[in-house]
Amino acid sequence: MDHSILSLIVLTPLVGALVLALLPDKGKTMQWGALIVTLLTFLFTLHLPFRYQDGLPAGSFQFVQDSSWIPNPAIRYHVGVDALGMWLVVLTGFLAPLGVLASWTKIDSRKKTFYVLFLLQQVAMLGLFVALDLIIYYAFWEMTLVPMTILIATFGRTKDRRKAAIKYFVYAFVPSALLLVGMLWLYFKTGTFQLPDLAKAAAEHHISGNGPALWLCSLAFLVAFAVKVPIFPLHGWLKDAICEAPTAAVMVLAGKTGLYSILRFSFAIFPEQSHRVAPLMIALGAIGIVFGSLIAITRKDMKELAAYSTLGHLSFVTLGIFTFTISGLDGGIYQILNHGISGGALFLLLGFLYERYGTYDMRDLGGLAAQLPWMVTLYVVTTLSLIGLPMLNSFVGEFLILSGSMQANNPHHILWTVMATTGVILSAGYMLLMIQRVFYGSLGVVSERTTPHDLNFREHVAMWPLVALMLLMGVASPYWMKTLDANGVSMATVPSPVLPVVATKSPLTPSFVDPELKAGALHEKATPAPEGRRY
Amino acid sequence: MNLNGNTLALLPEGILTIAGVVVMMAEPMLKPGASRKALGWLAIFATALAGAASIVQLRVVDQSGRIMAFSNSIQVDPFSIFFHLLIASVVIVTLLASLDYFEGHADHAGEYFALVLFGSVGMMLMTCSVELLMVFVGLEISSISTYILAGFRKGNARGVESSVKYFLLGSFATAFFLYGIAMAFGATGSTSIAAIAQKLGTTATPTLALLALGMIVIGLGFKVSAAPFHVWTPDVYQGAPAPIVGLMSTAPKAAAFAVLLRITFAGFAPFEHRWASLMWVIAALSMTVGNLGALKQTNVKRMLAYSSIAHAGYLLAAFTALPQNGIAAAAFYTAAYSAMNVGAFVVITQITGYVEHTRTIEDFTGVALRRPWLGALLTFFLLSLIGIPFTGGFFGKFYVFSAVIGGGHWLLAVVGLLNSGVACFYYLRLLVAMYARHPHESGNDKAVYTKLTPAAGLALAACAAGTLILGMMPGRVLNLANRGAAAVLAEPVVEQDPTAVLMDDTRR
Repeated sequence: MDHSILSLIVLTPLVGALVLALLPDKGKTMQWGALIVTLLTFLFTLHLPFRYQDGLPAGSFQFVQDSSWIPNPAIRYHVGVDALGMWLVVLTGFLAPLGVLASWTKIDSRKKTFYVLFLLQQVAMLGLFVALDLIIYYAFWEMTLVPMTILIATFGRTKDRRKAAIKYFVYAFVPSALLLVGMLWLYFKTGTFQLPDLAKAAAEHHISGNGPALWLCSLAFLVAFAVKVPIFPLHGWLKDAICEAPTAAVMVLAGKTGLYSILRFSFAIFPEQSHRVAPLMIALGAIGIVFGSLIAITRKDMKELAAYSTLGHLSFVTLGIFTFTISGLDGGIYQILNHGISGGALFLLLGFLYERYGTYDMRDLGGLAAQLPWMVTLYVVTTLSLIGLPMLNSFVGEFLILSGSMQANNPHHILWTVMATTGVILSAGYMLLMIQRVFYGSLGVVSERTTPHDLNFREHVAMWPLVALMLLMGVASPYWMKTLDANGVSMATVPSPVLPVVATKSPLTPSFVDPELKAGALHEKATPAPEGRRY
Repeated sequence: MNLNGNTLALLPEGILTIAGVVVMMAEPMLKPGASRKALGWLAIFATALAGAASIVQLRVVDQSGRIMAFSNSIQVDPFSIFFHLLIASVVIVTLLASLDYFEGHADHAGEYFALVLFGSVGMMLMTCSVELLMVFVGLEISSISTYILAGFRKGNARGVESSVKYFLLGSFATAFFLYGIAMAFGATGSTSIAAIAQKLGTTATPTLALLALGMIVIGLGFKVSAAPFHVWTPDVYQGAPAPIVGLMSTAPKAAAFAVLLRITFAGFAPFEHRWASLMWVIAALSMTVGNLGALKQTNVKRMLAYSSIAHAGYLLAAFTALPQNGIAAAAFYTAAYSAMNVGAFVVITQITGYVEHTRTIEDFTGVALRRPWLGALLTFFLLSLIGIPFTGGFFGKFYVFSAVIGGGHWLLAVVGLLNSGVACFYYLRLLVAMYARHPHESGNDKAVYTKLTPAAGLALAACAAGTLILGMMPGRVLNLANRGAAAVLAEPVVEQDPTAVLMDDTRR
């Protein structure tokens, strides 16, 4: 079971999609079919955390399946997860049934097209998180684009949907063509597409002695991933895609895949280059936070607001992981999960509101709090989660990221941390403004003439698991942290310098003010401080 | 089977010729207006038989090495068999797809089937000849059939334009090719590829030999529609019937590429450093011209014409790689390209019909929503043309560009893959249009839908299966391509004196 569980997880939605494609598109067949398939997939993903073994050495994968596929070039069917991959798989599995519930009545024509593509999107994302062979990974990476593009083109909201779909695809595809060149180059240097082998070769500086070429290759990887995150200033596709895509698709649109790829591939194969490029990425992260938040404040359209808030929140993660401190990395990884949950919840709620009022324009709404008590409750909870209220999930992530960024070994770390912190305040600003405009004040044009319906049973079912997780991940974060920490620690470790080792300490060690804190984080025994002296 | 070497060597071509003649003779005996489907099935059966004959050849080659026939002018080896099988498959699929194409529109469908058969005789002959004059004969046979087929819809002005344009420019190009042969003869005293390779090292007139190669590249460059010899392509593709475009954008190109591979890698091997850089330029130019040209097109067939120019560019990139890898990658690419491109044109045939109501990308709006299976298949073929993994197109590009990088031309690989980034844009326009809701949701009015017939369904299934198999399990095809590459590069048989050849034949 442990051996083939990952294949089972990936195959379930694929088989489900094929079955749905053959079933007649009548009544609620498609919805129920998709719901059953996604729930089944989620059930299978839950197997992973139950059987996951803590405390294995960093860089080791579990539930591995490795069999030869194509002999020349050596492409292997090699899948496996570590803590990072595992939790993303679980998250993807968890969000899928909620996406189906959210689309239950909203998608009322061409249901078959919708649900088949939705399931294919699941296949691509799940496959992406488990692949350990570069080519298999690349295959799933490209495959994530296709169903999404068609979903946007078919089910987009406005008449700009075709443009948005093409923009989304082209933005992601062009850099990924260079990514493929990079992968081929790596193959010619090392003769392998297997991530563990490549990571090992990289740690031993065996990939290539050609520094500039290695640099170009690492940039090809990084840019392709950065577009997909998106990292400021590569976010051009984000707003259009989010505004057009249907709710269930938006929930999986941004963030996870790109950030995961940076953590998994850029950091493992190009540790040194990633450390070198970190100051730039930290700056872009901090700028992205402020830029996204500032634009979000000016938006009148809630979908656009959510799009820019997404940019802001993802920039937080970028900032965190590129600090290369343990707390920054742990927080960044945790925040990826948080954003999947809280961001997903926000998009679900926006979808519910749109289903009732047919508009995302805040000026047309207003005063809904009295009419929709449950709706406003959930909106407020989600908002509080997104802006990082203590006790809720994002607080943990944001706090760790900011403390990591403060410790980062970066010439301007205080500046960037201060900038990032303003992002927290700004995000509170635009989110609360949105609540105020939509739910309080006098009734808007549209909300006046529409009979209010509060959340129905299906919508409650879709929302409460998310709310429960927000709380749970806020108060019981150690449960996740203890598995994720292995990733954080191993990535924060400094790559050993290349050539004749100079006897000085490398400037890239994660630095700590407090030696005990450092010892704790690195799982070392603390050197007792000399008596009578503190630091 | 105990066949004479000569007979065995040309068995597939022989079968097809006989079948073609039979179809031609049977055609006038059928009543005007009567269905010509039986003739079509006969042609399909004959092509399948020819394919089977190639497999027999493969088994003989497995046992006793390559077959040399007709005074060493025909060489049957894994390379020629690879292309024989490829051409046979393309022809079968095209015939299946066009069985019902002519129903109720044209009386002379019998000629169509015969011409397709004769054309494939020429293409097959090209791939197994190692004597330039023989190549020329094959080239002419295949070209003349294609000229006629391009203008098969006589009532359509564009069809006539297509045919005439193709004929005039095509004849011009074959003249270049012939001229090249003459010069090669002048430089080396032989028209046999093996002998040219042998004597090229010691030739007193390398410039003449180089000029000869240049002429040959021009002639074949025209046939494969490589830039800057591509100008005919869009007009011809636009006017020709859709199933024929599917055929002529793949099979004759595959044959021409086979010839080009043999001539460059085997014949002009001593000059490799010279022509590799020429190929570099032509490849980069074709990709760029093709993709940029396609961006502006609104007519779907024209767009795919430019796309075929670009794909010729990707293929030519393989010529800059190391011989073994380059030939194998190019051969694999022709197979992958054939599967996906023929598939795309079969779907387009189904959607547009004989009269072609739907021509532009806008006309394709919402097609996939009304005809989900056809739409899904065209989506699949377009994704393969873009080069998305799990499709043949991906591995085609993958092998070509890994061979190119292996040959040290990483800049060309970057150009190529950036080009495929540009390319995704125009394929996507069609794809997205197919999935976009039609503005007048209830009825798209120009759409006159033909029902998907079993034959066409079979053709589509074959293309989809081919594209998928090449994308999931490329091993076997790649294996044969590799063996083919080895066969091209193997030590050639050079004719010494006629009696030796005779004895050689009798022994076999």
